[in-house]
Amino acid sequence: MLEIKNLKKSFDGRQILNGVDLTVEDGQILCIVGPSGAGKTTLLRCITGLEAADSGEFLIDGQPFDPKGMEASDAVMGVVFQDFNLFPHLSVLENITLAPQLVLKEAKAAAEQRGLDLLDQLGLEDKGGLYPYQLSGGQKQRVAIARALAMKPKILCYDEPTSALDPQLRDEVATLLLKLKAQGMTQLVVTHDMDFAEKIADKLLKVTALDQKG
Amino acid sequence: MSINYISEILPSLLNGTKLTLSLFFWTLIGSLPLGILVSIGLTSKFKPLQWILNFYVWLMRGTPLLLQLIFVFYGLPIIGVVFQRYEAALFAFILNYAAYFAEIFRGGFQSINYGQYEGARVLRLSYFQTLRKIIIPQVVKIVIPSIGNEVINLVKDSSLVYVIGLGDLLRAGNVATSRDVTLVPLLMVGVIYLILVGICTYLLKKVEQRYAYYK
Ligand SMILES: Nc1ncnc2c1ncn2[C@@H]1O[C@H](COP(=O)(O)OP(=O)(O)OP(=O)(O)O)[C@@H](O)[C@H]1O
Ligand SMILES: [Mg+2]
Repeated sequence: MLEIKNLKKSFDGRQILNGVDLTVEDGQILCIVGPSGAGKTTLLRCITGLEAADSGEFLIDGQPFDPKGMEASDAVMGVVFQDFNLFPHLSVLENITLAPQLVLKEAKAAAEQRGLDLLDQLGLEDKGGLYPYQLSGGQKQRVAIARALAMKPKILCYDEPTSALDPQLRDEVATLLLKLKAQGMTQLVVTHDMDFAEKIADKLLKVTALDQKG
Repeated sequence: MSINYISEILPSLLNGTKLTLSLFFWTLIGSLPLGILVSIGLTSKFKPLQWILNFYVWLMRGTPLLLQLIFVFYGLPIIGVVFQRYEAALFAFILNYAAYFAEIFRGGFQSINYGQYEGARVLRLSYFQTLRKIIIPQVVKIVIPSIGNEVINLVKDSSLVYVIGLGDLLRAGNVATSRDVTLVPLLMVGVIYLILVGICTYLLKKVEQRYAYYK
């Protein structure tokens, strides 16, 4: 279970998040929704340690953790970026197996076996040898998911998983996230697409812009 | 232009070529890694380091290499730093070329999308793993054409070492030309430079092709 209490964040004196609380139960999907500029991405970036929160409490299974200092700890968060940030010079399989080898010190063969299993699971079984530029948007996203899963995270976070894709692919993404949920993955999804959120969410968190006065 | 004469002076020209090539190789081996390090330092958040490195790059690119050679060989001994001729040349060339390479690499680093660093970060790669496995391979692909230009310049710049009395290819040709009062040796020197640059161009193409597997 992930708990965040009283998270605050400001940029250049402008308060973006003022005391956000959230809880995600194991195996559930929390959707973070809200209008553009409300601070959804900022919230996700604070939780995943890409941005330093000004203050707030972070607990995983009741234990405090520091999102910024995750290098030292067990894999906690996996991140699927809005534009995926795949490594263009590495093949799909290398994208997936690089970090498990370098960080988790897995043997190459074991990392590759697991990478192939993940590709299988995500319907990319014949794509391991391709390079990111040879993939469609939806395929890139699934590679990004496989890459995050390979690090065995407790929680998988997505920023706008439907925004870079064709509208028809929206349902496919929903199906995929529900499938991961069925396997027990805890997921945190930022989206401004309410239909999508309602389809997948166990819980919704609405973020509203703070400084739209008047 | 008799074949006899050509074969007579060829050994001395090839001897000069040896020095030209050795200067060329060792300069590259020293200045490419140094250039990468300097470019990383140039983008560091530690301001004093940035100032020092910017000053260094300004100094190296702002004065003629010829002048730098003279200062290293004739000037540094005044403050007690004495180099042999060849080491002096190598020292000046490495420092000079590293500055040019640093600027090229800096441009390369800046063109890498910040998302690549964040992608590596959430996978918990260390800073050095990120540089080595993610960033530098992509930077290399971007900078190859500009580095190639400098590499070809270096083949010809190496002729500047005549000023501190080193016997490189051009000097060997000069010696023969003034001794025998004929332009033939210099013509041969030109041909040898062309061959060297031709080989460099071919090798650079090969390297470029090696990185063409992705876009
Ligand atoms: N690095 C930053 N420096 C300064 N301001 C920032 C920074 N990042 C975000 N902001 C500001 O914080 C606010 C929230 O941005 P954020 O990207 O979190 O919104 P969002 O809810 O994800 O919007 P969208 O739905 O458009 O993606 C915006 O007003 C933005 O200008
Ligand atoms: Mg956003």
